[in-house]
Amino acid sequence: MNYTWDWGVLVSAPYGDWLFTGAGWTLAVTLVAWTIAVLLGSLVGCLRSAGSLALRLPATVYVELFRNVPPLVQLFLWFFVFPEVLPTEMGMWVKRDLPLPEFSTAALAIGLFASSRVAEQVRAGIATVRARLLPAALATGLRPWQAYRLVLLPVAFRTIMAPLTSEFLVTFKMSSIGLTIGVMEVSAQAQQIANYTFHGFEAYAAATVFYLGVGLLITLLMSRLDARLRHGVGVRG
Amino acid sequence: MGLASFGDSAALLWSGMQLSLLLVLIGSAGGLAGGLLLAIARLSRFRLLSVPAMAYVTVMRSVPLILVLFWFYFMAPLVTGHPVGALYSALTAFVLFESAFYCEIIRAGIGAVAAGQGMAAAATGMRRWQALRLVILPQAFAASVPLLVNQVIILFQDTSLVYVVALRDFLTAASVVAGRDDRPVEVYTFVAVVYLVICLVGSLLAGRGRSPEFR
Repeated sequence: MNYTWDWGVLVSAPYGDWLFTGAGWTLAVTLVAWTIAVLLGSLVGCLRSAGSLALRLPATVYVELFRNVPPLVQLFLWFFVFPEVLPTEMGMWVKRDLPLPEFSTAALAIGLFASSRVAEQVRAGIATVRARLLPAALATGLRPWQAYRLVLLPVAFRTIMAPLTSEFLVTFKMSSIGLTIGVMEVSAQAQQIANYTFHGFEAYAAATVFYLGVGLLITLLMSRLDARLRHGVGVRG
Repeated sequence: MGLASFGDSAALLWSGMQLSLLLVLIGSAGGLAGGLLLAIARLSRFRLLSVPAMAYVTVMRSVPLILVLFWFYFMAPLVTGHPVGALYSALTAFVLFESAFYCEIIRAGIGAVAAGQGMAAAATGMRRWQALRLVILPQAFAASVPLLVNQVIILFQDTSLVYVVALRDFLTAASVVAGRDDRPVEVYTFVAVVYLVICLVGSLLAGRGRSPEFR
C-alpha cells in the first residue's frame, strides 16, 4: 500500500472546521428528525393499539408506507416530487423560501421514516402494559385518550427504552443520507476532504470515530438511565 | 415522453433493478457466511477470536452504510494496487457490512436455543464443535428465519445508497431518467411504488412480524 500519512490535515484550516461543522449538522438533523419521530411515532403507536378499526387502519397504512420505501427514495420524493405536486403557490414557496431547504427536507424525511419505526416500538410497549393498566386507568374516570397520554404511554416508554435507543442510533446514522441533497454533514465533509487533500484515510477515520464515539456514549447513558428507571419505579418488562 | 424514449427508460430502469438484485444476492449470501463465522468467533472461548470479532461488529454497526461505501471506494484501489471500480468496492462493502448484522441475528438465534440443548448434546458425547454444528446452529437458524428475511428486506432498501458512489442501481438509474426526461414526479413515484410492493410482499413472507415480540 502506497500512502502518505498526514494526520495533521484533520486539524489544519479549513479542514478541521469542515469536520466540526459537519458534526454539528449531523447532530442537528438527528435531533430534529428524532423529535418528529417521537411525537408522530407516539401518536401512531397509540392509534395502532386502539380498539377501533377506523383508528387502527390509517395508522397501519402509515407504518407500512413509511417503513417499506427506502429512506433515500423518501428523501428524493420530499425534495424533488413534493414541491411539484403541491398547489403552484405553495410549491413555489417550498422551492424558493423554505428556510434551509436541504436541512429541513432531510430532517423531515428522516423523521417521518423513523416515526414509523418508533410507532412499532410504542405499539409493542403499550401491548405489554395495556391489559393491566387500561381498565384501571378508565376506572379512575380518565377518558381513553387521557389514559393513553397520562398512564399507558409513560409506562410503555420505560419498557421500550432499549429498542428506542437503537432506533435513535439508526436515526443518527440515517442522517448521512442528507448528503445526497447537499446537507454538508460529517460524512459529506469527510468525502470533501478526501477529494481535496487525497487524505481520505484520515478524513474517513475522523468521521468513523465521531459516529463510534457518539454511539457508544448514547448507549452507555441510556443503559444507565434504563437501569435507574427500572430500579426506581419497579417496572416489569 | 415519446415511445422510443419510454422503451429506453424502461431498459435503463430494468438494468438498474438487476444491479440492485445482484447487490442483495451477493450481500446477503456473503453476509450470511461472514455473519456465521463472526458469530462463532464471538462465542469462542479464545479471547484472541472473540474480542476482535466483537470490536468489528461494534464498529460496523456504529457507522452509516454510506461511510462504509466511501471507505471501500477509497481503500480498494490502495489495497489492491490497481483501479477496482465502484461495483466491486460496493459488493465488498455490502458483504462486510451485512456480516456484522447477520452475526448479531445468528448470535441472538443461538441465545434463543435452550441451554439444556448444549448440555444434552455434550452428554451424548459430542464435542463442542459437533454440538454447535449438529444441534445448536440448525435450531438457531430456524428461530431466526423471520429476522434473516427482514434483514434481506433492509439490505434491499439499503442498496439504494450506492447512489453515493455513482453505481447505477434502480434508484440511481431512475434519477438519470428523471433528470434526462425532466419527469421527476412520475419516475420517483413509480420507483417508490416498486420498492413498496417488493418490500411489502417480502415482509408478508417474513411472517408479518418484524421481530419476535411483534408476532
